[in-house]
Amino acid sequence: MSRSASTFLVIGERTNLTGSPKFAKAIKSGDWVAAAEIARQQVLSGANIIDVNVDEALIDGEATMVHFLNLIASEPDIARIPVMLDSSKWSVLEAGLQCLQGKGIVNSISLKDGEVEFLRRAERVRRYGAAAVVMAFDEQGQAATRDEKVRICTRAYRLLVDRLGFPPEDIIFDPNILTVATGIEEHNHYAVDFFEATRLIKQTLPHARVSGGVSNVSFSFRGNNPVREAMHTAFLYHAIAAGLDMAIVNAGMLGVYDEIDPELRARVDDVLLDRRPDATERLIRFADALKQEQGGSSKTEIKEDLAWRGAPVAERLKHALVKGIDAYIEADTEECRQSLPRPLDVIEGPLMDGMRVVGDLFGAGKMFLPQVVKSARVMKRSVAYLTPFMEAEKQRAAAAGEATRAQGKVVLATVKGDVHDIGKNIVGVVLACNNYEVTDLGVMVPADRILAKAKEIGADIIGLSGLITPSLDEMVHVARELQRAGFQEPLLIGGATTSAAHTAVKIAPEYSGGVVHVLDASRVVNVVSALLSPTLKPGYLRDVHVKQEQQRVDFAARRARRPLLSLATARERRLRSDWAHLDLPRPEFLGTRVYRDVPLGDLVPYIDWAPFFSAWELHGRYPDILQDEVVGNEARKLHADALRLLDTIVRERRFSAHGVIGFWPCNADGDDVELYADETRSRVIARCHHLRQQLEKPAEQNNLSLADFVAPKESGRVDYCGGFAVTAGHGVEALAQAFRDRHDDYGAIMVQALGDRFAEAMAEYFHQRARQACGFGRDERLSMEDLLRERYRGIRPAPGYPACPDHSEKRLLLDLLEAPTAVGITLTESCAMRPASSVSGWYFNHPEAKYFGVGKVGRDQVEDYARRRGEPLAQAEKWLAPYLDYDPGT
Amino acid sequence: MGSLIQGYGLREADFRGTGFRNHGHDLKGNNDLLCLTRPDIIEEIHRLYLEAGADLIETNTFSSTSIAQADYRLESVVTELNLAAVACARRAAEAVEAATPGRRCAVVGAIGPLNRTLSMSPDVNRPEFRAVTWSQVVESYTEQIRALLQGGVDALLVETIFDTLNAKAAIFAIEEVFAERGQRVPVMISVTITDASGRTLSGQTPEAFYHSIRHANPFSVGINCALGGRAMRPYLAALSRIAECQVTCYPNAGLPNAFGGYDESPDEMATVLGEFARAGLVNLVGGCCGSTPDHIRTIAAAVQGVAPRVIPSLPRALRLSGLEPLTVAATN
Repeated sequence: MSRSASTFLVIGERTNLTGSPKFAKAIKSGDWVAAAEIARQQVLSGANIIDVNVDEALIDGEATMVHFLNLIASEPDIARIPVMLDSSKWSVLEAGLQCLQGKGIVNSISLKDGEVEFLRRAERVRRYGAAAVVMAFDEQGQAATRDEKVRICTRAYRLLVDRLGFPPEDIIFDPNILTVATGIEEHNHYAVDFFEATRLIKQTLPHARVSGGVSNVSFSFRGNNPVREAMHTAFLYHAIAAGLDMAIVNAGMLGVYDEIDPELRARVDDVLLDRRPDATERLIRFADALKQEQGGSSKTEIKEDLAWRGAPVAERLKHALVKGIDAYIEADTEECRQSLPRPLDVIEGPLMDGMRVVGDLFGAGKMFLPQVVKSARVMKRSVAYLTPFMEAEKQRAAAAGEATRAQGKVVLATVKGDVHDIGKNIVGVVLACNNYEVTDLGVMVPADRILAKAKEIGADIIGLSGLITPSLDEMVHVARELQRAGFQEPLLIGGATTSAAHTAVKIAPEYSGGVVHVLDASRVVNVVSALLSPTLKPGYLRDVHVKQEQQRVDFAARRARRPLLSLATARERRLRSDWAHLDLPRPEFLGTRVYRDVPLGDLVPYIDWAPFFSAWELHGRYPDILQDEVVGNEARKLHADALRLLDTIVRERRFSAHGVIGFWPCNADGDDVELYADETRSRVIARCHHLRQQLEKPAEQNNLSLADFVAPKESGRVDYCGGFAVTAGHGVEALAQAFRDRHDDYGAIMVQALGDRFAEAMAEYFHQRARQACGFGRDERLSMEDLLRERYRGIRPAPGYPACPDHSEKRLLLDLLEAPTAVGITLTESCAMRPASSVSGWYFNHPEAKYFGVGKVGRDQVEDYARRRGEPLAQAEKWLAPYLDYDPGT
Repeated sequence: MGSLIQGYGLREADFRGTGFRNHGHDLKGNNDLLCLTRPDIIEEIHRLYLEAGADLIETNTFSSTSIAQADYRLESVVTELNLAAVACARRAAEAVEAATPGRRCAVVGAIGPLNRTLSMSPDVNRPEFRAVTWSQVVESYTEQIRALLQGGVDALLVETIFDTLNAKAAIFAIEEVFAERGQRVPVMISVTITDASGRTLSGQTPEAFYHSIRHANPFSVGINCALGGRAMRPYLAALSRIAECQVTCYPNAGLPNAFGGYDESPDEMATVLGEFARAGLVNLVGGCCGSTPDHIRTIAAAVQGVAPRVIPSLPRALRLSGLEPLTVAATN
């Protein structure tokens, strides 16, 4: 076949008012979303260029063109490709040209209105920076025969190139594709005329291109899509051979010439190539028969393709792994085991072959994490099936005095005080897929257990994970312990709160065995394989060391360059509110209220899906990510799996959603907030300690503290603030474990990710209720999107996160809420919440309350803070370690 | 220019001069206005850069359009602003040329990106909305370009482009004024890649951008402002591979810090630009925000004697673009 996708361009035709009833309906009813969706579908179907035509008698063409082009300009997945402006009205084309930032194509100009007008328009097209389709049309009319087509195109070419200096490569001729098989004899040769004219134009007019609107050719077979599709496919085949560069077609409806039914193809070719006088009649007869047979529809039934089941068993295993199909895995494993000498041969043969393909595809960005985890599930099932056989064999081998060793042993742990492990689990699965022996110690693992296990199994690499900031300190501690115990194996650091900079500055100097920060699971295999290769390891660690040295230098330089404001100056620059007049809404209740077993179904609409996809390392905005060119397919599958599991969880009430919220009278006292037993404010029941930004900011901005959002004592007015704690319950971990027990890590990670989504959804749901309880939330009219983007009054910052970075303030919050008894949330020694799928925070109602990061704090503030909290300086420094602007040792 | 102006510690009264003493809007910060009210300062700054070794200087007209000056309600003096700006630059150039016989100093008319954009909506809820129309942008640019050419600039520079459609309107206006005056000067074009995505703010890749402005037959195309030089390298290399004209690069002195200042030293900047020159990526180099005469002096020394980039000869092809490029190469 001469047709090559890389050189032939498909121009999507569906955004055409006259050609597409669906587009016409969308535009006429003002449904712009639907109109843009048609454009998107064209791009997804592979269009290289999108044709936009809004010609219709009753429509304001200029305004419609501008509206539609401006709209799709804001959709990056549509705006990616060039636009062809298609109109018979010059004013519509010119309005369109004024909206295109890219270089597009004007379709069309011609000699229809004479040379002067033709050249004037061409000059404008060039000034706007577009290419032009030139129709084979002149003062006398449309060219039908080969010679007329070539004559008019040649005349236009000479005028453009010689008279105007128009770049010849920006000329695209449309020599008119006219309808054949009309029953009128002189039309029979139209297709041949087009093919021959195309060939001559390409030969004689250098650099010019040829295009055409294909659907016209089959107009006589309206309503018979199989025949029309066959005609378009065959027409393109012949035209491309003659030199056609691009064509306006339905991008989703292109067939392959060789795959047209041979009999139909022969009759279509008879018509197109004008091979016999009765060609039209014969095609019509054939078409009628075909139409009766298929009812005029071109839809083919989608069946599950089971052809791979016919392959040899080793191939089947490989296929199942790569595609993540676990339906036949045990039977295939058994069959394969019987065909090979040892059970291990199944793993080292077909299974590893499959996983290598998976690893390569993942490394090359052609497979995505959810697929890899599914593949791993198939692998694990197969290995689990083989394990008893291997155990038996091992016992025989041990009896005979032989030993075995895997490719490398990795110990993974979420450090003491931290309970978050989705990322660590993913890393474990990815490593296991690559034939590393992974020992996962789980969550909240103290240093001594990590060391003991590493020693016991002879680990080659140790990996630490953590999500909350105190875990950073704990990692430093583990590094020191490894050093003290004389370990030399490399240490990997990962998790949401970790960073290359922190690893370089704080952890790496503590341990001489090499400390590597791993950004995400997709990087881990490269890192581990380099570290386990005796030849690569020294060079790799040297590179890491050089980079870390640079990061340490940068860090020191950054610190030196940006002095902080003194605490006194920062306080001077606090947010000042008009406390005498500010609205301080009184909640409808004071004290706490507990809500147990919130119906899960009520929470589903509050789920924000974007972080769910990030957890799976699929990045993009939801819902756009579902249509993403690269990851869209996987994102859709993942989403569908998640919705299925979600449905089960809701139906079978697998999670238990509990929440508690509370409100208290309060006043700010400096940077502290005092909470009172009642509105007389005679008894302080709690004192929250907040931190203030100390980085110098532009003059018009404030150095904020959360205390700024509460009326100060000296205002004389009672203010109110609140707190909440919500959890998706212990059911999350139990269900995840049930999946893990079935060797289904994919399901387990999915459960954890959904647990987190439920907890966050509850936080949103309760915040809405809290705003209603305070009055001002009752008038909110927010869409779910606005809600998830927090377009409302008030904030709910969580202790341990940027606005109030001290995790240990969570103790105070959970005490106030009596959270352990009310909803079953407890704290670890690092103040991580258990169950892990829990969220807590403060409510502030100040109309200007917003989220901010405290950032670096100076020694003066930390000393003041420790004094306010009544604790030793060293303790405050420990909790605030990542935020200190000074080295506490000096 | 801006950094040095800051160094003079000018007050509202300096910006107003005598001519705008009673103007009904604050004028401090309208640096372009100083061409009329403190021409001595602007001329001096130009001279400092020329003495540091600059071959080309830009007129102080980044915001001298009716659309940008509307912020100060000074739409009515745009022509005067541009004429005065060219005069300041020309006086400095002539003084330096007179002091060093044989030296040639070019005055380039700077055309900024405007504070309103044609490709993007300021209202997230109405993506199809535009705060300005093509005709308004063309009209505003036309007024500036007429004055710059009337003042006698040696070239025009459409710079700091973050929305290609605004740049296309500027090119459109330039062509109209050229046709009207029967005179052409070289057109220089410079885009801004705003972040590590490697795209303009309006979403185009450097190649797509080049396809969009190629019809201007530019004397040069390049990248300026936003990212520091080091981060520009891949985008500059992409442009350099396909640009059938001179390639320019004049980055900021690093990224702006929290106080609006710039931290990259002359040596750091010169090292980066020197490497670009030796790698054959560029024909002209310089500095944008934060680069002082010291920067220019060090950069000039760093590229002294380095062979300029060779302009590639590319096959003729239909070069289209959306946010991404589409090249239809020759078949058969």
